[in-house]
Amino acid sequence: MLRAAVTGAVMAAALAAPFLIASDFWLGFLITVLLFAYMGMAWNVLGGYAGQFSFGHAVFFGAGAYTSSILHVTFGLNPWIGLAFAALAGGGVGALIGFLSFRFGLRGSYFALITLAFAEVFRILANWVEFTGGGVGLYIPLKVHPANLQFGTKAGYYYVALALTLASLAIAAWLERSRFGAWLKAIRENEDAARALGIDAFVCKLKAIMLSGAMTGVGGAFYAQYYLYIDPGIAFGPAVSVEILLVPIIGGLGTALGPLLGSAVLQGAGELARRVMGDVPGLNLVFYGLLLVVMVRFLPDGLIGLAARLRTLRRRAKVLADA
Amino acid sequence: MLEAIRITKRFGGLVAVAEASLHVPEGRIVALIGPNGAGKTTLFATIAGFLAPDTGEVRFLGENVTSLAPEAICRRGLVRTFQIAQPFGGLSVRENIAIGAHARIADRRQALALAEQVAAELAMTVLLDQTAAALTVAGRKRLELARALATRPKLLLLDEVMAGLNPSEVDDIVAVVRRVRDRGVTVLLIEHVMQAVMSLAEHVYVLNQGRMIAEGPPLHVARLPQVVEAYLGHGAAVRLGAQAVEIAT
Repeated sequence: MLRAAVTGAVMAAALAAPFLIASDFWLGFLITVLLFAYMGMAWNVLGGYAGQFSFGHAVFFGAGAYTSSILHVTFGLNPWIGLAFAALAGGGVGALIGFLSFRFGLRGSYFALITLAFAEVFRILANWVEFTGGGVGLYIPLKVHPANLQFGTKAGYYYVALALTLASLAIAAWLERSRFGAWLKAIRENEDAARALGIDAFVCKLKAIMLSGAMTGVGGAFYAQYYLYIDPGIAFGPAVSVEILLVPIIGGLGTALGPLLGSAVLQGAGELARRVMGDVPGLNLVFYGLLLVVMVRFLPDGLIGLAARLRTLRRRAKVLADA
Repeated sequence: MLEAIRITKRFGGLVAVAEASLHVPEGRIVALIGPNGAGKTTLFATIAGFLAPDTGEVRFLGENVTSLAPEAICRRGLVRTFQIAQPFGGLSVRENIAIGAHARIADRRQALALAEQVAAELAMTVLLDQTAAALTVAGRKRLELARALATRPKLLLLDEVMAGLNPSEVDDIVAVVRRVRDRGVTVLLIEHVMQAVMSLAEHVYVLNQGRMIAEGPPLHVARLPQVVEAYLGHGAAVRLGAQAVEIAT
């Protein structure tokens, strides 16, 4: 009852936000929070649920961003349809990386390294070949119309980002209630035991990386439409990879609401750091690195885990007080 | 039901299992015993698809399943437990057992219901909401058994599910294994706890240094000189025999 009321209130506030927030800056901030919550959830499918840590999710982000942009700029394809192709591209790259790494049994840090390497290879390729615009990047021509996935105000982008986030929450809820989600958790916890109980770990991990890649690809395509510009460094650079993986790590790995919480905290802290220290290039990466170390060392369960721990402590304190 | 035919498994220069054969008829409880390092767990891993044998063949329900993947063998109805319990530590006991149930059941709610039912059969109902990592050794062993049972197997391979348990816990598991068999599940078990082997098994295989050295009904096998020597050292059977004669006279 309370839960339904809270959910309803949050939904109403989320829908009304563009009317309540006059500042373009803060609406832009919310769009970034939602976009990274969405991509954090995409990462969470593979990293949080299936336990396969990727350090190179930019490879899916970039594949999606470049696919929709090139199809739009070069072939005049509508960007809304481009989103579907971005999903295909992200899923396809996921299938390639997943097949190569899982077939040969790469786990843990070896898998993380191979994803990092793939993102770097794609970054160099995007710099080198012609149809990506090379190092100059790709400009998406300004044709403001909702049919072109371009909006005159930030409100339009906000609703698209909100829809993506809600879709990712629905996927998380499905993982929590389905056999596939249970299988991914089993693989994360103990792959040998999972296989002994009839779980085809290879196929499950492959499906997880394809789903995660497809979702992240759509995020990349949205990003390109929002900023109307991408280059190899933005699309395939390590900054995006780190930002995506920090979101669920801060919020709570393998939880449905963790990425949303994590994204809000990460973007808030990032904004605060920018205000305090100014916009020094590369400083954000230092900040992310520090945050990652602190989280992994002190809060491996993320903020959701911290909340659960506090609840247990309070219950224990209450029991002690009653006794 | 299960037939392992002249299985050989080498690790580098070490021959862990050498031309070992065994046969498990349907509806029986068969035990595989032998001293530490005899190759029992290796033979189990080979049967369940975790290791590919160098030579030899595993047949299950008339089908050659040699070097099929473990998940494929599980889906055919042959499930193993692990000697060192391998719980899904971060998940609750309920979720752990449900993952076993999902081998046959796609629906989450039905799987969770079956998990509760299996937990009740194993007297684990109070533990359902605990995280598996918080279980005691006895609890983990029981969870191994519960997860395997939830897959609804035809043949259950139990690798030392009674090691480290106290005598009353052993009695509990013995009763469970017997109930499982009475419901039509065939059982092959590795066990060091002789109390359990003697009361459960109808047929015993003895493995020593990778070779099958004896088989037969438990009481018969326990008296064979080569079995006594495998456990107590060369010449032990003769010494023990002489002592018995001395005491008698």
